Formats: sequence, C-alpha cells, structure tokens
Amino acid sequence: MSTITIDAWAAVARTQARPSAADTFRQTLAMAWRATKKMRRNPEQFFDVTLQPILFTVMFAYIFGGAISGDVKSYLPLMIPGILAQTVLTCSMATGTQLREDMDKGVFDRFRSLPMARISPLAGPMVADLLRYTIAATITFLMGIAIGYRPGGGVLGVLGAILLAVVTGWSLAWVFTCLGTVARSAQSVQGISMLIMFPLTFLSNAFVPVDTLPGWLAAFVRVNPVSHLVSADRDLANHAELTAQVGWTLVACAAVIAIFAPLSVRLYKRHL
Amino acid sequence: MTLAVHARGLVKVFGDVRAVNGVDLDIGEGEIFGVLGPNGAGKTTMLKMLATLLAIDEGEAAVFGVDVRREPHRVRQLIGVTGQYASVDENLTAAENLWLFGRLQGLGRRQARATAAELLEQFGLTDAANKRISQFSGGMRRRLDLAASLITRPPLIFLDEPTTGLDPRTRGQMWDTIRGLVASGCTVLLTTQYLDEADQLADRIVVIDHGRKVAQGTPDELKNSVGDLTLHLRLAAGADLSLAGDVVRRQLGGEPVLTPESGQLNVPLASADHVADVLIGLRQAGVALASVSVDKPTLDEVFLALTGHDAGETERPDPRPQAIPAQAPEKVTR
Repeated sequence: MSTITIDAWAAVARTQARPSAADTFRQTLAMAWRATKKMRRNPEQFFDVTLQPILFTVMFAYIFGGAISGDVKSYLPLMIPGILAQTVLTCSMATGTQLREDMDKGVFDRFRSLPMARISPLAGPMVADLLRYTIAATITFLMGIAIGYRPGGGVLGVLGAILLAVVTGWSLAWVFTCLGTVARSAQSVQGISMLIMFPLTFLSNAFVPVDTLPGWLAAFVRVNPVSHLVSADRDLANHAELTAQVGWTLVACAAVIAIFAPLSVRLYKRHL
Repeated sequence: MTLAVHARGLVKVFGDVRAVNGVDLDIGEGEIFGVLGPNGAGKTTMLKMLATLLAIDEGEAAVFGVDVRREPHRVRQLIGVTGQYASVDENLTAAENLWLFGRLQGLGRRQARATAAELLEQFGLTDAANKRISQFSGGMRRRLDLAASLITRPPLIFLDEPTTGLDPRTRGQMWDTIRGLVASGCTVLLTTQYLDEADQLADRIVVIDHGRKVAQGTPDELKNSVGDLTLHLRLAAGADLSLAGDVVRRQLGGEPVLTPESGQLNVPLASADHVADVLIGLRQAGVALASVSVDKPTLDEVFLALTGHDAGETERPDPRPQAIPAQAPEKVTR
C-alpha cells in the first residue's frame, strides 16, 4: 500500500458544502464522455437514429405522396420536416429508457456516493445525445434529397431546420428523463413514452395539411407544439424564413426545460 | 474527541418492516469495525444510510463530526463505498473507470490518468488496465471496485461484504489490502457474514439481527461468549439423544444444541481438554457415536448463542423477506 498517510481532519476541513458551477460543468462533461464511450461500444444504439429516418422517409413518401399531394415529389417539402420532427422526438424518447436502464446498474450506486452535482448524471447523457439528434436529422434530409427533395431554403435554411429540431428534441428529452427517474423499469418508460409520443406526432401537421382535418381535431393540431416545430422547420427548410413559429417552438422548449429539468433532479435525489 | 462514525438510534423502515431498528454506533479513527450478521439482518441498509445512499428515517449520524442528514455532500467527500455488487461501469475499461471517477471528483485530466495508473499498479491490475470489465473475474472486479473507492484517499471506507463469493486466495489478498488501508490511516467499516473474516480483520464487532444490535465487543469477547471450540457429535442409529444431552449438561454444565432429525448435537467448549470428559461420560452412559469432530464456532453458533435462532433460519418471529430490500430499495419503496 501507499505510504501516504491520511489526515482525516485535514480532509474534513477541505470539504465543500456544495458543488460549484465549475464542478457541475466538469462532472456533466465527464458523464457525457462516459455516454459517448457507451454509444461507440454498443453501436446498436444508433439503429434508431440511422435506420428509422431512412425507413420512414421512404415509406411515407411513397405511401402518402400520391394520395396527399398528387405525387411523391410535391409531397416531400410537406413531409420531410414532419419526418424530421418525428425522428428527433423518437430519439429523445430513448434518453429516458436508457437512463432508467443505467440507473439500475451498480455503477449508479457509486455515482450516488460520490460528491457530484446531482444534475450531472442526468445532463451528461443528454449532452452526448445531441450527437444522436444531429445524426438523425442529417440522415432525414439526406434521404429526402436522395429521393428528389430539393429544399428551397438552401443550405442555411436546412441547417437552421436541423438546429431547431435538435434543440427541440433535447428539450423534450427532459420529459423522458423525468419519466426515467420515476418509472419502475425501462420497459415502463418505453410504454409510457410511446403513449405520449404517438398522439403528439400523429395528431400534428407533420404528415397531412391541417385543413383536411375535422374541426375538433384541427383545434388540437394547431396548439400541439409538434405542429409549431413542423411549421417552423418547413418555413426554414423550404423558404429560409424565420417565422413566428420558430419563436413559439423555442418558447415551448424553454417551458419544458424550466419545468422538467428541476423536477428530474428532485426525483433523482429522492432515490437517495 | 470526535469519532469517525457516531450514530444514535438509526432507523430505516421499508413498508412495515423496520430493516434497521434503533442502532447506535461509535467508531474510532483508525479502527476496522466489523458489522456481522446474516442475510437480511440490516447490515447493508445501515451502511447505506451512513454512506448517504439511503435516507435516514429516524436517528442521527455523523462522519468525522459532519452530519450525514444535513450535509450529505460534505460526507461524500470523506467516504469511499465499495458495495456487494461491483459498482463499476461494465462498458468501460478498468483504466477508463478509474479515470472517470477521478474526473468526477475534481482531478485534472493528467492527474486522473496518473492516479488511475497508480491504483491499477497497486491492485495488480496493470495488465488488465485496457480490458473491459465484462471480461473481469469476480476477484478482479472487487479489487477494481475497492481501487475506485480510494481515488481521493478518503479517510473512511465502507466495505459491504468485500469477500463474499471470492475464493480463499483472493480473499486473503483482499484482507491484506484492507489491513494496508488502515495502516495508511483509514478507518474501515466492514460488513460480513463470516465470523472468521470479522475475526481476522476487525478491532471491534457489532452483531446485527433483525435490524437490532444484539452484541458488541472485540472478536475474542464475542467468541468467548460461545466458547472457543465446538464439539460436533453424531450419534449411532438408535442412540438416545436426550440421554446424550443430559450427559453433556452433567459433565460440562453447558447447554448442548440438539438436532433430533439427524441425531446430532453440538457442544460449545471452553477448551479442547473438555472433549475427553464428554466422550468418557457418553461411553459410561452407553451412548454409541457415529462421528466426532471439533471445530471453531461458526457464525451460526454465535448467532444461536446470542439470539436463540439460526443465522440462516428462514422462519422468523416477524414476517420479513429473506432478502433485505437494501440491495434495491428503490424497487421496494416505490
């Protein structure tokens, strides 16, 4: 063993009452590093961000294209931003499931026993997930372009649309992180998340024009935050326009973070 | 003088089970303190409360004078916790694990790497530094787990059953490591199911059963309370067990433990010399024997003597699950 002798009282004198902002930041980055290592070593975690956008883009384009817009090519400007929103939201769902899985592992006992900011085990993986959202969003656009989509907004418009989708996905991930801290198992997180995600994505303007819907449904679709994201992304990708829809989307994101980030940390602490 | 651990009236309730039921502890600086008890006695739960991993329902605790309930963040800077199940990351290599835990505790990148290398060397894991934990043996995991608890050289180490499931050689190495920790100035709180482990390592022991402290003392005091040795007798078929019991009582004045189903009786002995007295008495009474052996007292016997029931007994006076919820309290409490 080492010859260094331990002075308990000096250690007591050195203790800090709470983690500083710099500590929190460094710990969050360390946890993000851990999450990226994990992703690289379990490549199947990338299936949802790679295969899903490819599959859905092709499927929806050829199934609904003719029926909704007359032909596939004129449906793409309507649909691609919709698929983008759907893909990014599905990715954010995985955040909660994976957190729950992770929390059941022995290593989380160690994280709990370390003098760490309680938000870093939650925020770390979410920082790493930014990578997943970006991959998913990029693949969606590439796939769209491959089957004939020519975004009128140009490169800047498309980048703006991707950025907005990533921000929204990241904000919504706090909802699922929160679920992850309360649910009993990864399966139940998955189940509950599906129940939230399906109505949110399909009861929106993601795949169909709102004026084809009955009045009561159109009313819901108009207030659905996913519709705001889809509209904002259409304006950005197709016309390179920053419309009020972008603003509404960001307001919704801020509200979600303001509610669910502190709530998640509280619920996580309750495990202690 | 301020103690390393000072706890009064610790209580933890899971549903309607009082897993820890009013335990007091005083652990001096530099001590190896053993908490001995069977599965489900409340050892792990108690350790988790002191290590800020479980909320303390009633009572109070302080680590080096720092209140565990009010200042958990400070307490976490003073402790290292090594659990029953290796709490290291399966997806990372050994070196990556130690690096991550170092970073999380405020070490710089280079310093974290140096500390990781140093600890791997110290625990004989240098060759396995870049292997993933999923390829590690049980003993290697435990060593890595303990190494991970020592990164910041905390003055108090909690070890939850550090050698359960290890082979005898690895267990011996682990014991040496623990002794080394104390030599460098650490205080160690150790839970174990094995009397010999507590005996080998601990300066003082408490025995816990049903969440309560049933005995406390040095290993010698504890063993003396059940005799230094135990004589195991198996009677020949048809021999009279109650007669044999009477002979033992008459010869030694002590109380033997009878197991009528298998025709066995266990006799606590103060000295090996008394074996002869018992055997001669049995011969004179005409009790035929099938086998005789003399052993050190087992935890079961210590338990029986202290609590009046078996350590592994499943039927208990209060309805409590055999496996304590301490391993996964979140699943039970939610």
